[in-house]
Amino acid sequence: MFSRAYRAAITVPPLLWVAVFLVVPYALLFCYSFWSVSPSQAIVHSWTLDNYRRLFEVNVYLQTLFRSMWIAARVTIFSLLLGYPLAYYLSFYAGKRKELLYQLVIIPLWVSYLVRAYAWKTILGSDGVLNTLLQYVHLTKHPLEFLLYSPFAVVLTLTHIYTPFAFLPIYSSLEHIPRNLVEASHDLGASPFQTFWRVIIPLSIPGVLAGATFAFVLSLGDFLAPLLLGGPSGIMISNIVVSLFGAAYNWPLGAAISFCMLALVLALLSLSENLEKKWSFR
Amino acid sequence: MSEPAIPDATPASAPALLTIRNVAKSFGKTPVLRDISLQVAEGEFLTILGESGSGKTTLLRIIAGFESASSGAILMGSARLDNLPPYRRRVNTVFQHYALFPHLTVAENVGYGLKIARLPKPEVATRVELALEMVKMTPYAGSKPSKISGGQQQRIALARALVNRPRLLLLDEPLSALDANLRRQMQVELKSLQREVGISFVFVTHDQEEAMVMSDRIALLRMGELEQVASPREIYNRPATAYTAQFIGHTNLLSGEVKDGVARCQSLSWRTGWREGPGLFSLRPENIRLAGTDGGAGAVRFRGRILRQAFHGATELIQVECSEGLVLSVRTTRREDWNGDVDLEFSPADAVPVRPSEAPQSQALQSQALHPEGRP
Repeated sequence: MFSRAYRAAITVPPLLWVAVFLVVPYALLFCYSFWSVSPSQAIVHSWTLDNYRRLFEVNVYLQTLFRSMWIAARVTIFSLLLGYPLAYYLSFYAGKRKELLYQLVIIPLWVSYLVRAYAWKTILGSDGVLNTLLQYVHLTKHPLEFLLYSPFAVVLTLTHIYTPFAFLPIYSSLEHIPRNLVEASHDLGASPFQTFWRVIIPLSIPGVLAGATFAFVLSLGDFLAPLLLGGPSGIMISNIVVSLFGAAYNWPLGAAISFCMLALVLALLSLSENLEKKWSFR
Repeated sequence: MSEPAIPDATPASAPALLTIRNVAKSFGKTPVLRDISLQVAEGEFLTILGESGSGKTTLLRIIAGFESASSGAILMGSARLDNLPPYRRRVNTVFQHYALFPHLTVAENVGYGLKIARLPKPEVATRVELALEMVKMTPYAGSKPSKISGGQQQRIALARALVNRPRLLLLDEPLSALDANLRRQMQVELKSLQREVGISFVFVTHDQEEAMVMSDRIALLRMGELEQVASPREIYNRPATAYTAQFIGHTNLLSGEVKDGVARCQSLSWRTGWREGPGLFSLRPENIRLAGTDGGAGAVRFRGRILRQAFHGATELIQVECSEGLVLSVRTTRREDWNGDVDLEFSPADAVPVRPSEAPQSQALQSQALHPEGRP
């Protein structure tokens, strides 16, 4: 149908792109994860499983990984708790205000991530907006220290940043529910509340799964929010990877951690995809 | 004969189950229903018939509770229905596109209403089983709706509504998505099912043949107003208005003048009891006979020239010009090639006086009197 040259012209560039920017770097990283560093800080190109072994033997790595997962889990839950009602209201009850509200949800995504993270720093700091206000109304005498440089600050900031990512797929799945199903449910005697539980929730599960996956995966690998707002107790796994590739100069260990993260994320994605398939009926 | 009477909206025999009283509805400033009053008797099959945009679906949705009337009242028995939310009305609906829950199996769909009503599990199971049997869908109990055909989904939608034993079943063009053969089959099945369960049906359709086949009474809706409410026979044989006469079946509309008890339409004239002055008459094509030896007494005889004929299977439809500009459709079962001039006749009783239908349709109706084959 198409000439050979034409087919080559449309297939070669993307393949080249994937090869140069995806396959080669990952392959390199994969190799690095089986190499090691000599005391003189040179890369030793002989194969070893030491990096992976250390990952499971040194407490700080596993602890940080679990903390990252726990932070990501909380971000996911809060993003869903905020995103779902918002999406439900917009899709079913906003009427004429739908367009405007939708834009208002989306607009923060146009603002740089860094600006939003800094904004929270300004709000939560000991001389920040929130502490000043609390002292001004005499709710507290001294600035609350746990607000900034804590896992709390990280969860709060990441929830703020990733709620739109949870909102969007949920909203889209709610928009795709035929409204006559809601009418049919009412017609069969189900109250709006019963209809919500028996029809709307089950039919929006694919959106919830997609939104949860976004929120979890994005916040699991986040490193800016913990860097800016996490303090020592809010360090996440990506911060460790960054330092291993930087100051600590241990690329092999950094690569091993990266690959474990990658495996974890891929496992999550395929799980979520399977579940979504199970819950989609069209 | 006097002004054609609009038959009483309620048959005198059975008590009214549903009363629609002076219901009106506008969307914004656009009126869609005007002063609708109608009653549905216990066990009756009533069809709301109308073109698209006539307001028939809106009327059904008001009865179901998905829309509220701008004014007027709806009663079930003697109790107000229109101030109840849809989930408190003992009314169930079969939706146009079935609206089956895609995440539930066929059996779960049918049992949905019973489960919501918190019936004991064994009873739910038994009633679901019976309902599936009734629509011959037992083997599909465990299937998801996406795995069964349109006709089967249709049956499930019906079973899901009927299993709740509503006092009234509303059906919103439930057969419109089916192909012609299945459709005809379902018309018969639906009608006999309705007889069997004895529940009142309010059936919405735009298909006049479907309405004729299935209904006890037809309520013809036109531009948000009831044009005529009567049994299929009555509405066909005694249409009250020119619109009714043309919407239901084919007809010839004769526009003429009544003077001294004689109606005159160009070269034709016949005795009538209709009031003096301008008059409009509907004469069905099958009521015009090719004048033979059995010409009845008092029949109006006239001569016409065959213009063309069309084969319709069981009948032939012939266009006859009987005088300048007056072309009549004649239906005959005699199969031959018609040519030249023919003698025709009709009984004056078959020329049914009808009220003219107001603008904007009246313009179209005038031209249709000349080309009776055209449909509104």
